Amino acid sequence: MKVLMKGNEALSEAAIRAGATLYFGYPITPQNEIGEYMSRRLPMVPGGAYIQAETEVASINMVYGAVCTGRRALTSSSSPGISLMMEGISYLAGAELPAVIVSIMRGGPGLGNINPEQADYFQATKGGGHGSYRMIALAPASVQEMTDLTVLAFDLADKYRNPVMVLADGNLGQMMEPVELQDSYPSTHDHSGWALTGPKGRKGHTVTSIYLDADEMEEYVHKLYRKYDEIERQETRFEEFQTEDAEVVIVAYGIVSRVVRSAVESLRQDGIKAGMVRPITLWPYPKAPLQRLARQAKFFLACEMSMGQMVEDVMLSVNGVRPVYFYGRSGGNVPTPAEVVAAVKQRM
Amino acid sequence: MQKVFERPKSLNDRPFHYCPGCGHGIVHRMIAEALDELGLQERTVLISPVGCSVFAYWYFETDNVQAAHGRAPAVGTGLKRANPDSIVISYQGDGDLASSGTAEIIHAAARGENFTVIFINNAIYGMTGGQMAPTTLVGQATSTSPYGRDPKFAGHPIHVSEMLASLKAPRYIERTSLNNVANLTRTKRAIKKALDLQNKGEGFTFVEVLAPCPTNWGVDPGEAIDWMESTMMPEYPLGVFRDVKGAEVKS
Repeated sequence: MKVLMKGNEALSEAAIRAGATLYFGYPITPQNEIGEYMSRRLPMVPGGAYIQAETEVASINMVYGAVCTGRRALTSSSSPGISLMMEGISYLAGAELPAVIVSIMRGGPGLGNINPEQADYFQATKGGGHGSYRMIALAPASVQEMTDLTVLAFDLADKYRNPVMVLADGNLGQMMEPVELQDSYPSTHDHSGWALTGPKGRKGHTVTSIYLDADEMEEYVHKLYRKYDEIERQETRFEEFQTEDAEVVIVAYGIVSRVVRSAVESLRQDGIKAGMVRPITLWPYPKAPLQRLARQAKFFLACEMSMGQMVEDVMLSVNGVRPVYFYGRSGGNVPTPAEVVAAVKQRM
Repeated sequence: MQKVFERPKSLNDRPFHYCPGCGHGIVHRMIAEALDELGLQERTVLISPVGCSVFAYWYFETDNVQAAHGRAPAVGTGLKRANPDSIVISYQGDGDLASSGTAEIIHAAARGENFTVIFINNAIYGMTGGQMAPTTLVGQATSTSPYGRDPKFAGHPIHVSEMLASLKAPRYIERTSLNNVANLTRTKRAIKKALDLQNKGEGFTFVEVLAPCPTNWGVDPGEAIDWMESTMMPEYPLGVFRDVKGAEVKS
C-alpha cells in the first residue's frame, strides 16, 4: 500500500525497518525531519535509542561505536555538518566499519543557505576525509528511492564493511510523494567474527586503523583498494533514458535528473535525439555507459545544481573522445527544463 | 609451590612499550585486576585513545576499539547504547580528553552515559613529544611553552574532575595519584568502584589519575614523583568530587 510521505521521514522509516534502530544526530536544516522522526519512533522500538549529539563530530563517532557491536545505526546531516563528520568517515573507512550517513545537501560554501544544492558531490565521492579511502555514495531521485537506496545502503555497508552515504538534496528531503515500504528489510549479514560484544568464549576482537610500519600500512591500503575494485565491479548502478539512438547525452543525478527527463522529451519533440544517463551510484561512478555512448553521441552535457563537480567524472569517463559541456545553477536555484533545452541547443 | 602473584587474566602476556617511570602500565594493570576481581572481562570493550596509550589494545584481553583523538566518549556512547550489557571503558589522556575531546567528555557526562572513563593526567602531551597540554601547570616548561606556561596568553590548567562534578548526571568522580603506595591503593579502589557502579547500571563514572611522565618532564622517575608531590598535587587536589546517584540512570 502506498502512503504519502515526506522524503526525510520516508527515509527514516525505511532505516528503522532495515533494523537501524540507533540514531545519532545534530539538528541542521533541511534534514531536521530525520532526527525529529527518529526521536518520536525509536523510544517505541525494542533496543532503539535516539541521541541528540553535542556535535556532528560526536554523532559520527557515536555511529562508529554503535556499529562496532554489529548493530545498524544511522546519522544524518546537511552540508556544514557533513564537513564536521569527515574525520569520522575516514576512521570508519580505515577501520572497515559498516555505517550509513545521510547527507541532505544545502547551499554553500560556508554557512551558505538552506536551499537545495548538489555542491557536496566532491565531498561525498572524492574523499573529504583524509587518507586513501573510498565511500559508496547513492543518489536517490524520488521519495521512493530515498527509502529503497537507504535500505540498499545498509546492505552494501554490511556486505563490504564500508561507510555508505545516501546523498540527496533539500528538495528530496522536503518533498512529499507516494511511497511503498515493506514491513521489514532483514539483514543477512553476520558480524560475529569481528564485532565488539565482549570476548566471552573467544579471543578478543580489535577494531583499529593504525599501522605504524610503512609496509604494513601499504599492505592494508592495498587490501582496502582490492575491496574498492570489487565494489566498482559489482555495485555500479545507473539508469539510461532514451539513449538508444542518442546524439546528445545529458548526465544528471538526483532531483536534477527529473528536470532533465522533461528536457529530453522536449528536445525529442523538437527532433533532437537526446538521452539521459542518471548515475545512481556516484561512487562507484558509472563510467561504462558513458564510454559506450561516446561512440555514438556528438557531445555530453552534465547538468547539476552546483558550479560543476560531477562533470569532472563525465570528462574522465568520456576521456576526450567527445566534448563535455556543463550547465548548472547554484544558490538553491533548480534548473528548469527550458534552461536545459536551451543549454543543449546552444551547443548544436 | 603456591603462586602468590600473577598476571591478571584481563592482561596479555606482552611487555608494555611505555617509558621507564610512566604511569600507563600501572593503571593498565589496575584496570585488568579490577575486571578480574569483578568478573567483567568477558563483557568488556576497552576504547584506546590517541596518545601514548593508542596501543592500549595490545595489552587487554578484552574486546578493543581505537578511537579518534578526543572522540572516545562519543564512541563509548555508541558502544554502550547499542549493547547495554557490555562494560565499556574509555581510557584517555589529558590532550585527548581535556583539549580535543572537551565537548565529548562533558556531554557524555551530562547525559550520564553508563560507562567508565579513566583519565590519565600527566600535564603534558606524551606521544607527540612533550607539548603543552590543557592541564600543564602555570610555569611548567614544555616543548611549546619553553619559558613556562604563561597564564597571560596560555591561560590556566583545566580541572576536569571539578568541572564534570558541577553536572547533575555523573554518578562518581574521583581524582587519585600514582605518587605513593597509599595512593596507588586508592587508585585501584577507585577504578574498581567505578567499574562496579557501571556494572550495576548506575551511570557515568570517572577516575582522574595524576600520573608521572619522566621522559617529557625531562627528569628521572624519582624526581618525577617529587615534582608530582611538590607541584602537581597542590594544583590538582585528590579526592571524591561526586558520589551520588545521577539525575537519570542509563542501563
